Amino acid sequence: MPAGAVEEIPMITIEKMNKFYSDFHALKDIDLAVEEGQRIVLCGPSGSGKSTLIRCLNGLETFESGTVTVVGIKMTRSSQAVRKARQQVGMVFQSFNLFPHLSVLNNLLIAPRLTGARNMAETREYAMHLLERVRIADQAGKYPSELSGGQQQRVAIARALCMRPKVMLFDEPTSALDPEMIKEVLDVMIDLGRDGMTMIAVTHEMGFAKTIADKVVFMDAGRIVETAAPDVFFSNPQTERAQRFLHTILH
Amino acid sequence: MQAFLNNFANVDTFVSVLPLLLSGLLVTVSLALVALPLSLLSGLLVALLFAVKNRVLTAVLFVLIDLCRSIPVLVLLMIIFYALPFLGLMMPPFVAVVLTLVINNTGYFGEIFRAGLASVPKHQQEAGLALGISRPRVLLFIVVPQAIRNVAAPLASNALELAKATSIASLVTMPELLRVAQVAQANVYNPTPLVAAAALYFIVLWPFSRLVARYELKTIKARY
Repeated sequence: MPAGAVEEIPMITIEKMNKFYSDFHALKDIDLAVEEGQRIVLCGPSGSGKSTLIRCLNGLETFESGTVTVVGIKMTRSSQAVRKARQQVGMVFQSFNLFPHLSVLNNLLIAPRLTGARNMAETREYAMHLLERVRIADQAGKYPSELSGGQQQRVAIARALCMRPKVMLFDEPTSALDPEMIKEVLDVMIDLGRDGMTMIAVTHEMGFAKTIADKVVFMDAGRIVETAAPDVFFSNPQTERAQRFLHTILH
Repeated sequence: MQAFLNNFANVDTFVSVLPLLLSGLLVTVSLALVALPLSLLSGLLVALLFAVKNRVLTAVLFVLIDLCRSIPVLVLLMIIFYALPFLGLMMPPFVAVVLTLVINNTGYFGEIFRAGLASVPKHQQEAGLALGISRPRVLLFIVVPQAIRNVAAPLASNALELAKATSIASLVTMPELLRVAQVAQANVYNPTPLVAAAALYFIVLWPFSRLVARYELKTIKARY
């Protein structure tokens, strides 16, 4: 059990967090602590608030009450604080969101460049190393539209890593991919997790959850309903709602 | 046929008026070279101000843009060159023409840039922000370059319109291409100078439009 080796340093703390979209109560009394090196899989039916939750972690969404602390930074309305936190929290989106006007390599370099990286030569070397790591270094000069979906998503992961984040957030990273490309992206994510990266992934990929996750967090209707180790969650879910959910994604 | 050629493409006339026409062309080109970048810049600025999404600001911009666009460019030049001096505001013809062209084209370029900015999906901004890049830099380095690519064709066609609209300078006695062609025509009693001027406009502007077309092809692969 890799979780045993993990140091107990809170990377993310969410306490009594509530979010509303005008009258709609999107997130209800969320409490969650993620320690350094932990790998969390967030799952639940669509509309349960899992994407909204991880978007609150890097300030792409705001919340109305409660506290969220990410890499030691309290998420407030201060754009300065939010930006500092974002620089240490990588995010990978469902639709890749690569910058189409930049080459693959420049997609990796633009954020370090615009956030004041001191040594660009060294950053460039690091970017090439990351592209090798996601097995796409031979495409460094191409534009995103010349790549397959799986390749684009691997570039997106490398782009986030190029800021040397302490946490990686994945928002349904394989949902927009053809089945044969899902594996190449999951392999990169698994590799990253084995390397000790703190990760929160919104995904329904049970194989991924079983291989790498320390904890599965199940959400429904804006609430965290169940939290368990993956083998327990998938074989013996406690709540009726989780049982029904697993039934639908297994059949 | 011979009569037609003698009138519309008279070689002797052509040779004799060519130096004059070229000096006119120089004025036309310098007007365009000054007015075009200024118009592009002010158009982009207006579009970015729209992006601020302040209701009052947006309303003011709409009124200003509509006003600028609905006044015929000739009337605008008349006001600026002949009416403003009564208010104590006098300027040389070159400045008056450039100012007229910039005011007139700010509206057009502004609308084109606005459409361009709107064409860049919101998730592009999110991706930039999520990397910890500040909002102004996201706008400048991620959104604006994509916006410009998406509207390169209308920008180019409006740039051509602007280049041709420099002929309004003839109204304030500036010796630009159309003006000198008219003067030459009055002197030689045949329309050859006008035909030659048209040819010169074409020779100067055509490579530009080809260049834009090639740029467009090249950047298609850099889109979604």
